[in-house]
Amino acid sequence: MDSSLVDETGRDRERGRATRLRVLVHGLGLLPAASVLVRVLDGDLGANPIQATEQALGRAALYFLLASLACTPLNTVFGWRELLNHRRTLGLYAFLYASLHFYTFSAVDYGLNWTLSKEAIFDKPFTLVGFIAGFILLVLAITSFDAWKERLGRHWKSLHRLAYLAGGMTILHYTWAKKGNLLSLSGDILQPVLSGLLLLLLLALRIPFIRRRLAAHRSGSRRTR
Amino acid sequence: MRKNTAAPSISASEITPKAVYLSRRDFIKSAGLLAGISALAACGIRAEAVGEPPDANPAKPAADEPTPYYSITGYNNYYEFSTDKESVAPLSQGFSTDPWSVEVGGLVHKPGTFPLEELLEFEQVDRAYRLRCVEGWSMVIPWQGFELGRLIAAVEPMTSARYVRFTALMDSDQMPGQRNTLFPWPYNEGLRLDEAYHSLTLIATSLYGEPLPNQNGAPLRLVVPWKYGFKSIKAIVRIDLTEEQPPTLWNTIAPHEYGFYANVNPFVDHPRWSQASERRIGELTRRPTLLFNGYEAEVASMYSDMDLSVDY
Repeated sequence: MDSSLVDETGRDRERGRATRLRVLVHGLGLLPAASVLVRVLDGDLGANPIQATEQALGRAALYFLLASLACTPLNTVFGWRELLNHRRTLGLYAFLYASLHFYTFSAVDYGLNWTLSKEAIFDKPFTLVGFIAGFILLVLAITSFDAWKERLGRHWKSLHRLAYLAGGMTILHYTWAKKGNLLSLSGDILQPVLSGLLLLLLLALRIPFIRRRLAAHRSGSRRTR
Repeated sequence: MRKNTAAPSISASEITPKAVYLSRRDFIKSAGLLAGISALAACGIRAEAVGEPPDANPAKPAADEPTPYYSITGYNNYYEFSTDKESVAPLSQGFSTDPWSVEVGGLVHKPGTFPLEELLEFEQVDRAYRLRCVEGWSMVIPWQGFELGRLIAAVEPMTSARYVRFTALMDSDQMPGQRNTLFPWPYNEGLRLDEAYHSLTLIATSLYGEPLPNQNGAPLRLVVPWKYGFKSIKAIVRIDLTEEQPPTLWNTIAPHEYGFYANVNPFVDHPRWSQASERRIGELTRRPTLLFNGYEAEVASMYSDMDLSVDY
């Protein structure tokens, strides 16, 4: 079963309709922005509000990227086809929050001091991997339009598989933002490690062999019912 | 409920000896140490301006105003309670610090167990110090406490003693973060003996004239103002003099990132981020970080024969 066909037919049918799931996706999508805005207006961002904003936006970017990457595996396992219509929206929310995260870092934290922020971004792998992940999301956001999808043809799918690379780099960036040591598995590494394991699981569920077995199992169990 | 409303909003330069004396008297009363009053009053608590950097320093961008009490007590790196800085204050409210004593031993002639009341009899001093966290933020904190050197001298170190090892409380019932086995608890830290004897090295027991809040390391913590904040171990229960350099918690976790010396140095980056600038809590723009956190004149001579990029 080719998911891209499901996707096309599904999209045509659902396009523009305010389904319950679509309302939920946009509600969740706007939640982190609304929460940050309310906390800014309330002065409720603590002693280091710029860092708190930066971190909240960065976490939101990671969560939406993982949610976007979870749609296809969730369809494989549970047959939840409707989710496939929202992969792009979730991915675009990830891009939105990654952009806001980068803006807060460069314009607010570093006050558009190009010398300082250039050094801060490019001199250290920690910030560089975050920057590259953000750049990948930018490219994917630009080519997310249908016109680009047609233009790129079969290359589009390969290009958009880079979302996994962006996910891995984002998690590495997250790990390095915390005080811990991945190699000795010590320190403050629990959340990044859990996100990394989730990404690996999602990736494993896309391996053709595993995916076929799961799809067969699902249609088999449906038939016996 | 945070005690931010109760905190005096005066700057360090305005803390007169009388004000300190009065707030200290309140502290002593609340701690039930009435007997100590006359002794402390006799000491004549000094308000020293040791925290001020040399005015000639061109890198010094602006005056150092004390960070507000609510920021100092609401934004804490204290992983024994939580890795989330804003959660430390609420999680540490029930922490019991009474009774408390510190065992001092190792290579000393007069080892002993010092109850907190006894430690408070060492000459109390007022010190407004800059605190620079390795993560890239900083504060100015008006501490009160005693110079560590006084305690070390009292136990008479043997000539073989070269280092001081500090151990914090291990009590996972009271400190929920210690159930996280990814950390080699208890927290431990160390100083070279000359660093421990330096007059800037403080054991803090009060903050803004009030007993040290739990989230800031009650009832007593180390303060080494020219080193990154993680050196300033909280809730100390044991101090040992040793011949060998003692293991320290962050150095054990990631030796390439957190050195034993951990002197604040804008020219030696953390492997993952630059240490050239910092965010002073409460300010909108970043400040350049100063060598030895601005205490170069006082401490640089201790490291004159060392390569600071090797012994970071």
